[in-house]
Amino acid sequence: MFEIINKTKIAPDVYRLEIAAPLIAKKFKAGQFIVLRPLDTSERVPLTIMKTDPQAGTITLIVKAIGLSTRQLCTLEKGQAVADLLGPLGKPSEIEKYGTVVIVGGGVGTAVAFAVAQSLKEAGNRIITISGSRDKSFVILEDDLREISDELIMATDDGSYGVKGFVTEYLKGLYARGEKIDRVIAAGPLPMMRFISDITREHKTPTVVSLNPIMVDGIGMCGGCRALVGGKIVFVCVDGPEFDAHQVDFDSLMRRNNAYRGIEQEKEHACKLEAEIEAVQHDQ
Amino acid sequence: MTNNPLPLKERMQIQRHSMPAQLPQERVENFNEVNQGFSLELAREEAQRCLQCKDAPCSQGCPVHVHIPDFIDQILADNMLGAADAILQDNLLPAVCGRVCPQEKFCESQCILGKKGQSVAIGSLERFTADSTAADRAARPQGELPAPTGKKVALIGSGPSSLACAGDLIRFGHAVTVYEALHAFGGVLIYGIPEFRLPKSIVAYEVDVLRRLGVKFEKNVVIGKTLTLNELFDDQGYDAVFIGAGAGLPNFLGIPGEELIGIYSSNELLTRVNLMKAYQKEAITPIFDFKDKVVAVFGAGNTALDSARTALRLGAKDVHIIYRRSEEEMPARHEEVEHAKEEGVQFTFLAAPLEFLDNGEGWLKGVRLQRMQLGEPDASGRRRPLPVEGSEFTLDLDLAVIAIGNGSNPLLRDAPELQFTRRGTLEVNPQSLQTAKQGVYAGGDIVTGGATVISAMGAGRQAAQSIHDYLSQL
Ligand SMILES: Cc1cc2nc3c(=O)[nH]c(=O)nc-3n(C[C@H](O)[C@H](O)[C@H](O)COP(=O)(O)OP(=O)(O)OC[C@H]3O[C@@H](n4cnc5c(N)ncnc54)[C@H](O)[C@@H]3O)c2cc1C
Ligand SMILES: Cc1cc2nc3c(=O)[nH]c(=O)nc-3n(C[C@H](O)[C@H](O)[C@H](O)COP(=O)(O)OP(=O)(O)OC[C@H]3O[C@@H](n4cnc5c(N)ncnc54)[C@H](O)[C@@H]3O)c2cc1C
Ligand code: SF4
Ligand code: FES
Repeated sequence: MFEIINKTKIAPDVYRLEIAAPLIAKKFKAGQFIVLRPLDTSERVPLTIMKTDPQAGTITLIVKAIGLSTRQLCTLEKGQAVADLLGPLGKPSEIEKYGTVVIVGGGVGTAVAFAVAQSLKEAGNRIITISGSRDKSFVILEDDLREISDELIMATDDGSYGVKGFVTEYLKGLYARGEKIDRVIAAGPLPMMRFISDITREHKTPTVVSLNPIMVDGIGMCGGCRALVGGKIVFVCVDGPEFDAHQVDFDSLMRRNNAYRGIEQEKEHACKLEAEIEAVQHDQ
Repeated sequence: MTNNPLPLKERMQIQRHSMPAQLPQERVENFNEVNQGFSLELAREEAQRCLQCKDAPCSQGCPVHVHIPDFIDQILADNMLGAADAILQDNLLPAVCGRVCPQEKFCESQCILGKKGQSVAIGSLERFTADSTAADRAARPQGELPAPTGKKVALIGSGPSSLACAGDLIRFGHAVTVYEALHAFGGVLIYGIPEFRLPKSIVAYEVDVLRRLGVKFEKNVVIGKTLTLNELFDDQGYDAVFIGAGAGLPNFLGIPGEELIGIYSSNELLTRVNLMKAYQKEAITPIFDFKDKVVAVFGAGNTALDSARTALRLGAKDVHIIYRRSEEEMPARHEEVEHAKEEGVQFTFLAAPLEFLDNGEGWLKGVRLQRMQLGEPDASGRRRPLPVEGSEFTLDLDLAVIAIGNGSNPLLRDAPELQFTRRGTLEVNPQSLQTAKQGVYAGGDIVTGGATVISAMGAGRQAAQSIHDYLSQL
C-alpha cells in the first residue's frame, strides 16, 4: 500500500513523488491535501496534492525536505511505501468561472497553485500565473504551469532565470498595465501570501490564500492548526486550507509556525549526532 | 453463591484495600502506570468483602449491568477465567474499564458497603481479573463463531463504542470492518488517555483479540473524505454502518489572547504525547519545553487532569488546575483528583480566565482571572458560577492548556443524509440508535457528547443488536 511509483528530484532538496493511493486519487479535488507518515516513527506531514491520475490510482506530491520527517520521506526510494497516508483532507477550492484569475505560487506552494489553476482553467477562466523561486535551481513545475496558463511569469529573486524580482512586483505590474483581475489565489510562504494580500486589498480583488500551519492529526482533533480568520478561530485542516486572504491574521500564524524552531533544531542535531556516532561505530 | 468462606459479619470487618501505586515523587518522573494492580492475595481478601447481595445494586449502577457479584464469587472460587467470562458477557474491555471507569459514580456508588463506609473495590477487582487472565485468554481457542451470514457491516472510528459493536457483530456472524482515520486503533483510549493511566499495550491487546475473531481493521481511512457514507453501501457493498466517530473537536475559551504561542488544547498536548509519543526521548514529535515551567490547565474533567499530570511528568515546576466551579462539581474521576493532589497539582477553584497576556513577542506570559461564586443550579443541575465584580487578578504563566471539553467530530457533518442536533451531535432513535438514514446507526460520544468509555461501549452493543435485527430482516 502507498507505494512510491515514481520519484524525481526537481530542485535542491525538492522531490516530485508519485504514490499509489487509488481511493484518494479518485476523490481528490483541487486545493486538498493528504497527511502522511514516511516511517511509522515519523511525524504526520501534511502535503498538498498537486495532481492525481485516477486511472493509474496515483497521486503526485511536491515535497521539500526541510526537517526530519520530510527528509525521511525524501530518502524513500521508488518501490518503497510510506507507512501511513490519509486523505484527501480539507475543503476543495471554490471553482467557478470568475473571469481572469491570477495564480501566485512560491516555492513548494507552486504545487497547490498548480492544482487550483488547473481546475480554474477547466472551468473556463483566463489564468495568469506568477511563479516565484529563489534562483534558477529552485524553479519547479514550469512545463506543468505553462500548459494551463494563458500567461506565465517565471520570476527568480536574483534574475538567474525568467524575470528578476519578487512575485509581488509582477502582480503590481499586472494592475499597472490595466489588467482587470477578478480573483487572486496565492500559495507559498506566509510572508509572500501576506504581501500579496496587502496588494490585492488595495485593489479590492477577492483573494484566497492556502494556509500551511503546523498540523498534528489533520482531521480536526487537536486545534494545533488553528488560525485567526476574521477574528474567529478556525481549524485550517477542516475549515480550510483556503481562506479569504483579507481576513487572515498572518502575524499569529507566522509565530505559530516558528514555535518549535529551536526544539526542532535540537532534535535534528541530536539525531545527526546519533547517526554520526552510529556511522563511526559501524566503521570500527 | 457459596464460595465466600467468611460469615457476613466478618466480611464487613475487612477494610477496603487500596490500590498499590507508585509513590507520588517517583511517578511524576516517569510515564509508567501509576496504579500497580492487586496481588492475588489482595484480590482474594477484597473479594471476600462482597456480601453477594441478591438484588446486586452494584450491577444496577453499572451502565452495562456487569454481573458483579458473580464475577467476584468466581474470584473466590479461584476460577479466574470464570470470573473473566462473567465480566466479558457484558463488558468487552474489563482491563480498560477496571482502570478508567468512574466507579465512584457507577457500580461502587451503589454498593451496600459504600452506604456504610467503603464500597467493595469493584474496579480494582475487575482490573485484576482482566490482567491476571490476559495470557490465558489470548492462548485459549476462540469459541466457534456462527456460520457467516453473508452480511457486511462497516464501523466508523475505532473507539470503545466501535470496538464493543464489532465484538458483538462478529459473534452474530456478520463480516465486520472498522475504519479509523488515525494511524492507530482505540480512539481516545490511544490518543487521549495517557500511558500512566492506561498502558497502550492493553488497548493493542484488545484490538488484537477482535482481530483474531475476524474483525478487519483499516487505518488511514476518513469516512466522509476517503470514502463517503453512500459509497460504503453502493461501492463497498456494506449492508449496514455504525458511526462511532467520537467527540474529538477541542473547544476553546473564546477569550482574547488565545492565539498566543504557548497555549495548547488538551487534545493537542495529549495527542503529541500519547499518539505521537513525545514523552519518549527518541520520538521526533516536538513539544513545548515544560522543564521548570509554570503551567495552567483550564477545566476539571479527566482531560484536564490528564493534561496537568502530563505537564508534571514533562518536567513542569508548577501546575495549576483552574476551574470556575468548586471542587464538588469537578467531573473528573475521583481517584485521578486524589492522585493529582498527591503529585502536587495545585487547584484554584472558583476562578475563570478573562484574557491571556502577551509577553510582547506573541508568547504567553500570564492570564488575567476573575473570582467566581456559585449561584442557583443551572440546566446541568450544578450551581451556576457567577463572576465576582472587582475580583480580577493575574497569574504569571509560561504555558497553558485548555481542557474545557470537546465538540463532536466534524468530519461527517457534511453528509447530507444525517441529522445533527444544534450541539453538533448526531440525531438517533433512542431505542434503536438508528440515524436519519436507514441502515446507519450511531453511538458513543458522537451521539451523547463527551461521556465515558463504558457508556460508549454500552451504546456500541445496543447498536450491534439493532444492526443484527435489521440485517436479519433484509
Ligand atoms: C495544508 C498544508 C499543505 C502543505 N503542502 C506542502 C507541500 O505540498 N509540499 C511541502 O514540501 N510542504 C508542504 N507543507 C508543509 C509541510 O507539511 C512541512 O514542511 C512539514 O510538515 C515539515 O515537517 P518536518 O518534520 O520535515 O519538519 P520539521 O522538523 O517539523 O520542521 C522544520 C522547520 O520548519 C518549520 N515548519 C514545520 N511545519 C511547517 C509548516 N507547515 N509551515 C512552515 N514551517 C513549518 C518548523 O518550525 C521547523 O523550523 C504543507 C503544509 C500544510 C499545512
Ligand atoms: C483525555 C481524556 C480522558 C478521558 N478519561 C476517561 C476516563 O478516565 N474514564 C472514562 O470513562 N472516560 C474517559 N474519557 C471519555 C472517553 O474516552 C470517551 O467517552 C470514549 O472514548 C468515547 O468513545 P467513542 O467510541 O464514542 O469515541 P472515541 O474514543 O472518541 O473514538 C472515535 C474514533 O473515531 C475516529 N473517527 C472520527 N471520525 C472519523 C471518520 N470520519 N472516519 C474514520 N474515523 C473517524 C477518531 O479518530 C477516533 O479514533 C476521557 C476522554 C478524554 C479525551
Ligand atoms: S453491592 Fe457491593 S456488596 Fe453487594 S453485591 Fe455488589 S459489590 Fe458485593
Ligand atoms: S491539525 Fe489537528 S485540528 Fe487541524
